[in-house]
Amino acid sequence: MKLPILGLPEEEYLYPGFASCAGCGSFLALRHTLKALGKNAILSIPAGCTPSVAGLFPRTSFRVSVLNIAFEAAAAGASGIAAALKAKGLKDITAVAWAGDGGTADIGIQALSGAAERGDDILYICYDNEAYMNTGIQRSGATPFGAITTTTPVIGKRQHKKDMPLIMAAHKIPYIATSCSSYPQDIFRKVKKASEMKGDTRYVHILCPCGPGWRFDVNRTVEIGRLAVTTGMWALYEIENGKFSLTGPSRGLIDPSKRVPIKEYFGLQGRFARLTDEQIGALQEWVNKQWESYKKMIGE
Amino acid sequence: MAEVILTTGNHAAAYAAKAAKVRVIAAYPITPQSPTVEELSEVVERGELKAEFICVESEHTAISALIGASATGVRTFTATSAHGLALMHEMLHWAAGARLPIVMYVANRALAPPWNIWCDHQDTISQRDTGWMQFYAENNQEVFDTVLMAYRIAEDKEVLLPAMVCADGFTLSHMTLPVEIPDQKDVDDFLPPYEPTFKLDDPDNPITHGNPAMPNVPFSDWYTECRFLMQEAMIKAKEKIKEVGEEFKRRFGRFHGNLVEEYRCDNAEVVLVSVGSIAAQAKDVVDDMRAEGYPVGALKLRVFRPFPTEEIQDLAKRVKAFAVVDRSMSFGHMGAALMEIKAALCDVEEKPLVKGYVMGLGGRDVLPSEQRLAVENTFKDLERGWPEKKTEWIGLRVGGGE
Repeated sequence: MKLPILGLPEEEYLYPGFASCAGCGSFLALRHTLKALGKNAILSIPAGCTPSVAGLFPRTSFRVSVLNIAFEAAAAGASGIAAALKAKGLKDITAVAWAGDGGTADIGIQALSGAAERGDDILYICYDNEAYMNTGIQRSGATPFGAITTTTPVIGKRQHKKDMPLIMAAHKIPYIATSCSSYPQDIFRKVKKASEMKGDTRYVHILCPCGPGWRFDVNRTVEIGRLAVTTGMWALYEIENGKFSLTGPSRGLIDPSKRVPIKEYFGLQGRFARLTDEQIGALQEWVNKQWESYKKMIGE
Repeated sequence: MAEVILTTGNHAAAYAAKAAKVRVIAAYPITPQSPTVEELSEVVERGELKAEFICVESEHTAISALIGASATGVRTFTATSAHGLALMHEMLHWAAGARLPIVMYVANRALAPPWNIWCDHQDTISQRDTGWMQFYAENNQEVFDTVLMAYRIAEDKEVLLPAMVCADGFTLSHMTLPVEIPDQKDVDDFLPPYEPTFKLDDPDNPITHGNPAMPNVPFSDWYTECRFLMQEAMIKAKEKIKEVGEEFKRRFGRFHGNLVEEYRCDNAEVVLVSVGSIAAQAKDVVDDMRAEGYPVGALKLRVFRPFPTEEIQDLAKRVKAFAVVDRSMSFGHMGAALMEIKAALCDVEEKPLVKGYVMGLGGRDVLPSEQRLAVENTFKDLERGWPEKKTEWIGLRVGGGE
C-alpha cells in the first residue's frame, strides 16, 4: 500500500526487497533523495550500508543507474561520470555520490575535497549514521563525543564529531545543506535544489539515526532524528553562495530556551548510556557554543 | 599524411591517446610520466583534442574517475609510474573486475625506498595479478602503436579488460626517437569510436554495476563465474592480440611481434629473454655473438599478461636454454619473467635449462656486456649440465645470490 507523504511524488525509485534493518534512517534518506533526483541520475556508491542491502547480484533495488565503487572513491567515481556526461553533451543527467559518514569524513575526504576544489559538476550526498555501521558499529570521524562504539567500547569516543558541512563550506562551493532522515520534505527540497544547481560541486549532509548502532528501539527512528534537531545537536541549514541560513525547525532555535535539553536526546540512546551528568552538562555547553557560532554566521 | 617526428616515449603515448580520440583523461603528475599528461593537457586546452581533462588530486582518484567515465561509455586514458601505480592498486582490480577497457601508459620506474625515479619493472610487475593486460614496448614507435592496438583489444566485446602499455622510464620515456604518426583518417578506420554494450547514462535502461555477489545464496552465487570469465577473456585476448597485430601490420606496415618476438632463434641453443627497451639491446648482443659463432637468439616478452605460455613452450622445443633477464624481483622467490617461464615449462616433457639474471634495478645501466655475460654463463651451465645458481644478480656490489 502506498502512503504518499504530503508534497512528495508517489513515484518510487527503489524496488521492494531493499534489505536494510528495521527502522533504518538511511533508507528513508535514500528513498526521498531518489524521489528528488528522479530518474535522470547516476549514483556512485562506495562501500557502506547502502550497497550491502540494495540487492544482491544479479538483482538490484535501484531504478536509477548505480556504479558501485571502492570505499574512498565515491566522489572520484562521480567526477568521472560527470566528465563523461560533459564529454557526451548530456546536460540533464546528474552525477551523484551517495556515501556514508566513514566514506565521506574519513576515507573518502581526499577525493571529495579534490572534486570540490576543482568544482566538478557533482552532487555529493553523505548519509551520516555516525559510525561504521555496516562493519559493526566502529567509531568514525563523524561519531559524536561520548558515543559507545565497538572501537570505543568502554568509555566512549573522546573527540567531537568532525564538522563535514563546514569543511565543505571552506571549499567555497555554491551549495551546502544539512538535513535529517526524519524530515522527508526537507530532504526532498534540498536535494532537488542541489541537483538542479549544475556546473559546480554541491554537498548535502543527511543525519540518519541507526537503531542497532545508536541502540534505540527501531520504532523510534523518526522521533530520535527529530530530537537531534530540536535539541540542537544537529542543525538544519543551507549555505548558498556563502550565505548561511537555518532552515525548517532549526530556524526557531537560536534562542537557547527554545531548544530541548540534549539530555532527552541522549536518554533514548544506549550508545550514550555511559555519559555522566557532568559530561552531559559539558556537552550542553558545547552545543550552546555551536549555536553561538551559527548565530554569528547568520549575522545576528 | 603520415609523418615521421622525433619524439620521446612520453609524448608518443600522448600523441597516441590523441589519435585514439579519448574523451576523458584523468591524471596526476609523477616522474617520469609527467610529460605525457602535460602534453595531453596542452592539446586539450588548445582544442586539438575534444576531451575532458580532470586534474585529479591523486592517482587513486585518476583511475577511479576513469572507472566512472568508462562505465558511462567513453574512451578513457591515464598515465602513471611507480608509486602512482601502486596507489592505484585497489582500483586496478576494480577496473578489471568491472570489465572496463581503460588504457593506461606506464613509464616504468623503481619503487622506494631508497627513493629512486629510474627504471625497473617492479611497479608494473607487482600489478600483474590485477586483471590488466600488460604490453611492454621496446621503442617509442612501439609505444605509439601499442596504445592504439591496446584500445582495439581492450574494447573487443570478447575481451573487455583494461590494458597498460609500459615503457622504460627515461630510457624510452625521455629518449627522443623517430616515430611515425599515421594519418588521422587511417587511425579512425583502424579504431572506431568506443561503443559499449552497457552504460550508465541511459535513464530508461538503468544498470547497476558491481552489486555484491554472495556465496551460498543460490541466485547470487556468481562471484567465481565472474572471475572465470575474466580468465577466459584474458585467454581470448591472446587471439585478439595476434589478429589486431596482423591488421595493424596490414594497415600501417609495422609489426612489433605478437605476444613475443623471436630474434634469430633458428638453430639457437641459448635464448636471451628480455622485457622492454633492453630487448632492443639484446638483438645487438645476439648479432655480436652470432658473428663470433655462438648459437644464440633473443626473445622479447612483449605481452606479460596474458602470458605467452604457448609461445614459450613452442620455443622450448627448439632450444637448449633460456637466459632470462628480470628488472624486478618477487622477494623470497625469483624474478617475475623467470618464474613465469619456469611455470610455463612445467608441462613440457623435454625441459630446457632456465636460468635467471637480475639486472637494471633502480635505473642501473644494463650494459651489452652484462647481457652477454648472462648468455655466456648460461652456456657454462649448459656445459655443466645444471645451473650453479638459480639466479645471478649481475653487477652486484655485495656477495651472494642463491
